[in-house]
This record gives sequence, C-alpha cells and structure tokens, in this order.
Amino acid sequence: MNWRTTITALVFVPCLVAGAAAAEVAPNDVAFGDDGVSVSLTGVQGDVEAGAAAFKDRGLGNCLACHANKDMSKDLFHGNVGPSLDGVAERYDEAMLREIVINAKQVFTSETVMPGFYSLDVGKDVVKAREGQTILSAQQVEDVVAYLGTLK
Amino acid sequence: MTKRLMTSGLALAMLLAGMVGSRADPVDDTLVIDGQEMISRAKAPEGHPFDEVLSGWLFREGETRALEVDSFENPGMLAVEEGEAIWNTVEGTAGKSCASCHDDASVSMKGIAANYPKWDADSKKPINIELQINKCRTENMGAEAYEFDKGGQRELTAFIKNQSLGVPVQLDLTQGDLQSWWEKGKDVYYTRTGQLNLSCASCHEASMGKYIRADHLSQGQVNGFPTYRLNSGLTSLHNRFRGCIRDTRAEFPKAFSDELMALETYVTWRGTGLSVETPSVRQ
Repeated sequence: MNWRTTITALVFVPCLVAGAAAAEVAPNDVAFGDDGVSVSLTGVQGDVEAGAAAFKDRGLGNCLACHANKDMSKDLFHGNVGPSLDGVAERYDEAMLREIVINAKQVFTSETVMPGFYSLDVGKDVVKAREGQTILSAQQVEDVVAYLGTLK
Repeated sequence: MTKRLMTSGLALAMLLAGMVGSRADPVDDTLVIDGQEMISRAKAPEGHPFDEVLSGWLFREGETRALEVDSFENPGMLAVEEGEAIWNTVEGTAGKSCASCHDDASVSMKGIAANYPKWDADSKKPINIELQINKCRTENMGAEAYEFDKGGQRELTAFIKNQSLGVPVQLDLTQGDLQSWWEKGKDVYYTRTGQLNLSCASCHEASMGKYIRADHLSQGQVNGFPTYRLNSGLTSLHNRFRGCIRDTRAEFPKAFSDELMALETYVTWRGTGLSVETPSVRQ
C-alpha cells in the first residue's frame, strides 16, 4: 500500500462507516429478498453480548418467552410456542436470521405468531406511547442477529 | 458425523420432542369440587375450532388445581361469602336487597348464570351478570349502578355465578340479535392488536397447550370467572380481557363496551358444555 492509498483509506473508510450508520434502514425500507435481508440495517457489526442481553430482556426481545435456548439454561422458564433455537445458526444464515427477526411473517406465513421486531406492520390500537415505533431498534436487531449467529 | 452419532442425535431429538410433548398436554384428571364432579372436558359445539373444549383447570399446576377441589381451600370463596352478604343487604331508595325479590339464591339463581350473556331487549345488546345486577339496582332497588370492578360488583357476581357451580354453559344465540354479536365477537377474537400483533387466537388457539415462559397456555375459557388468580386475587372477566389486550401493547377497550360484550358472548360460546366453575383458581 503506498501513501496515497493509505491516506485514501484513512479518509474514506471512516466516512463510509459513519455514512452507513447515519443511513439506518427505516422499517418500511427494508429490502426483503428471496434469501432474506442481506444488508445490515445499520452497517455496524452486531455485538454478540448486547444481542444476548436484548434476547433475554423481557422488555426487548423477550425471546425466551417463546423459544428454548440451551445457551441460556441458567435462566428458568423457556417457552415453546416457537421452535428451540439450539443450532439455529446451522439452519439459517445471517440474512435469513435477520429477516426472521425483522418480520417473521415475511419468511413463514401471515398466521405466524412471532411479532415483527423491526416492523410497523402491527396490530390495531397500538398503545399511544409505542405508536410508530418498532419493538427493537435497528442496532438491537443487528445485535440479536449476531448473537443468534453463535448458536451452532 | 458418523452414522452412529447421527442416530444417537436423532434419538435425543426424539426424546426432547417427547418431553416437549408431555410438557404441552393438559393434565388427565377430573375436577371434583366438594364431591361434585365438574365437566372439565366437553365435546365442542358445531363450528368450533377444537374437537374438545377444556377447562383452564386442566392446564394448571398440581398445587393450583388442588386449591379448587375443596371450597374451604379455595381463596375465592371468601369473595363468594362477601357476595352473599351483599345479596342480603338492603340498598337504595326502594328499601330492597337482592333477597327481597329473589329470596334464597341457592334456589332462585341455580343454573341462571350458565346461560349468560343473554339478549337484553331494552338495551338491544347482550347483557352479562354484572350488567344485570346494575339493571336490577337502578330499575328495581333505586340504587346506583356499580362502577366496573367496584363496590362489590365482583363479589356479588361471583356469588351469583357460584349458584350455578357444575351446571354446563349453554347460550341461546337465537335470542334477539345475539347471533350477530357472536359474529362480531368472533371478529374481535381473531383480530390482532398492539405492537406485538397478537390476537386471542394466537395464544389460546394456535399455541394452546404450549408455554409462554412458565405460563401454560389454555384455551382461554371463561367458565370460571370471576376467577381467583394467585397473583392478583379475585379477577373479573373484563379485567382479564383488558389485561390480555394490554399485554399485546395495545390500547384496551372499556369494560362492558360493545367490543368486549361481543367478545364475552363469543368466548362464552367457545366453552359450551363446560361446568360453571366460579370461583375457579388460576395462577
């Protein structure tokens, strides 16, 4: 690498990252492809630990309410409304996991019980305080997807 | 992976599936209260999504179930006793109590609540026990209507429904326009609400028998209301409806609103044939 490309990289790469973070994909702009949602919602790599926390938190993902997960066997009372998430990263790649978290009804059927965690296609009479909001933020979705990617 | 490993993996998966299965089933037991056998499983009425309707009692843990089989153990019976006291208390400008006209509730009210909601020709709407009490209070007793969940409404409702203990639920949908309210209630039942985008059916039909955390999802039957909940005491049906809707992160309708009266009509029908269990004991 010569000095010129080094400088270019130093100047442009942070701009690109910052640019991607600023251009967070809005819930109604998510591009659902045949193979899932391949583009990160934020451009910022998901944080596995933060994802595990959001997964568990009853006010955020609350994923254990419906899914068993051996990785969290210390936490009591895993639900079984949805399938166990053991080995889920072997069944779905990152793009599919992202699509399922964003809006599972895109992947499965409209009858799916699982809420869309980054979707404004919601039920009627949403409580005022949450109108126009998604259950998880774009970065929380990325974090949860990163965590799910570790469940092999 | 060797074939052997795969086979043992498969066996493990089957074992786990089996465990999930046993965890998901309602218990094979019979509810007998003070020696009187309740109908806690009944053949579903025509047009019902299930073949069999099941009392929520079958979905509760052993300790919770045990509380309902003996009325001395049932904490909801304290409320029923309070309701009995109200029954005999004179209130209002007419100087009457419930007993002044209806005498002994164990005779006059026996089986009555099993057929509610009924059609109310005056309001041209369904009427439930709570609203029937209010109608009696305002029209016959010269007393104020109870506000929702206040002033003894839950206790008196529990007392009146308890007089039908063991009697199977049976609505007459041919009364007035009750059938169209049933239809409307069915719409409410299947309409998804709130940010979590869930309907009654998401949990109590599609996921019946499964667990949300430690909560074993029942068919959501209403034959035991007002019910004694271990975490919140005597709980009215419309309070429970509102709590469920609130949990979907939605604004919830007013108690006794058209929406919830329609839902009560429809959900009561979904429990056709089950014994009135009031006051049932649930978690």
